[in-house]
Amino acid sequence: MLSRTEGAMHFTINGMQYDADIDVRTSLLDLLREHLGLAGSKKGCDHGQCGACTILVNGRRINACLTLAVMHQDDEIVTIEGLGTIDDLHPMQAAFVQHDGYQCGYCTPGQICSAVGMLDEVARGWPSHASADLARPIFDDDEISERMSGNLCRCSAYPNIVDAIREAHAASIESEQAA
Amino acid sequence: MRAFDFTRADSPQAAVAAGGRFIAGGTNLIDLMRLEVETPERLIDISRLDLARIEDRADGGLTIGALVPNSDLAADRRVIERYEVLSRALLAGASGQLRNKATTGGNLLQRTRCYYFYDTAASCNKRSPGAGCDARGGFNRIHAVLGTSDDCIATHPGDMPVAMQALDAVIVTLTPGGACRRLPIADFYRLPGNTPQIETVLEPGELITHVELPPPVAGARHLYRKVRDRASYAFALVSLAALVKVTDGRIAHAALAFGGLAPRPWRDPAVEAALIGREPSVEVFAAAADILLGEARGSGHNDFKMPLARRVLIAALRDLTQ
Repeated sequence: MLSRTEGAMHFTINGMQYDADIDVRTSLLDLLREHLGLAGSKKGCDHGQCGACTILVNGRRINACLTLAVMHQDDEIVTIEGLGTIDDLHPMQAAFVQHDGYQCGYCTPGQICSAVGMLDEVARGWPSHASADLARPIFDDDEISERMSGNLCRCSAYPNIVDAIREAHAASIESEQAA
Repeated sequence: MRAFDFTRADSPQAAVAAGGRFIAGGTNLIDLMRLEVETPERLIDISRLDLARIEDRADGGLTIGALVPNSDLAADRRVIERYEVLSRALLAGASGQLRNKATTGGNLLQRTRCYYFYDTAASCNKRSPGAGCDARGGFNRIHAVLGTSDDCIATHPGDMPVAMQALDAVIVTLTPGGACRRLPIADFYRLPGNTPQIETVLEPGELITHVELPPPVAGARHLYRKVRDRASYAFALVSLAALVKVTDGRIAHAALAFGGLAPRPWRDPAVEAALIGREPSVEVFAAAADILLGEARGSGHNDFKMPLARRVLIAALRDLTQ
């Protein structure tokens, strides 16, 4: 049992190993930002309403603000810092740049991590609220909007975000077919 | 957030023996702890228990582990084929990120989204029994019109439990004494009365381990209709999970459960009785709506829910019987 404020913990983030001696109350988001210097994930609302803190845990997109770090010591955590670098952008990052899918940029790391996780869900055939046929969802702009509704952009860059995700999806299908 | 002891359970038996508050997805509990609406002394992490599978039952139903994430349940081929209303309800709730984390057991126990419950500067009988209810004279647009009490008008916020109510799900638990209980969802939730802090029939420390779905009703059409303030990622003002079967021009089966109207998923056997055996018509649907709303009482801002629920019910029945 970990009691109260003590706890030496171990994490795997972006393929690197980290040790941290942190309070068990620490959210996964605060671990990243305040203790490990991984400030790419953003704190917008801290209530799971805005999606700015979206990261990938074992490949799935989640809100880092609504979970405790202590519960993720055995997981593979990927943040925006682990998706790509300035010299080697992830295809989703490149698509956001090409389509100007941001204005102030604060929601962008969450948007990109969420979009990467979302396209993986699409590849697995998961339906959405926008799917007419749950067994055979057809990927279109309505699906992008519905599936990305957990990421708010107060600058309202939504049209360009949809453009970026549409293109990244098309590119991923092409590269799959080429492979 | 108040300090707490943290321990990870490695079996359901160890979890109930540990004597604390269970945490799995945590998407509601952590928010409530951060606001100090919930102040558990000890958290028991149940997220690694072997309760994340969906299994076929011999009778054609399904057994759903309490830790199956909302996303996985909604996307399961058997759920889509046999219980479409459940997939639809799950997909109408929350966001992709939240559905990936929120679990089946936790979602049954999601707490109300009443603003005054979350605001520790406000009076709330659910948060502090006996403190009073600021929702009654306050902003009560999202609040309940059925099953309320003088002490509490908060709504149950869920979508998944509304579909499970229409599907006659059974909630399976492990008690601290080691007994397994099977609780039909019709008997699972409690109305607020003068103890709005007690929301289910679960004993303190009792763990939900599974949810059982009975075999699907052959030939029934499914619908989940949710009316909300924006097209996605919002709680229901009114929602309806409906299963209706028409045989030889008459309604042979009707299961109708509402969200957004009451402190629990709301299903009224008298409404269904008024439909079964009748030929579908707007007059018959309107009579069912009269029964549904006979005891309904608004608190001011939420008065619109009564005509809204009437229209949702009539439109859904029309769509399902055409």
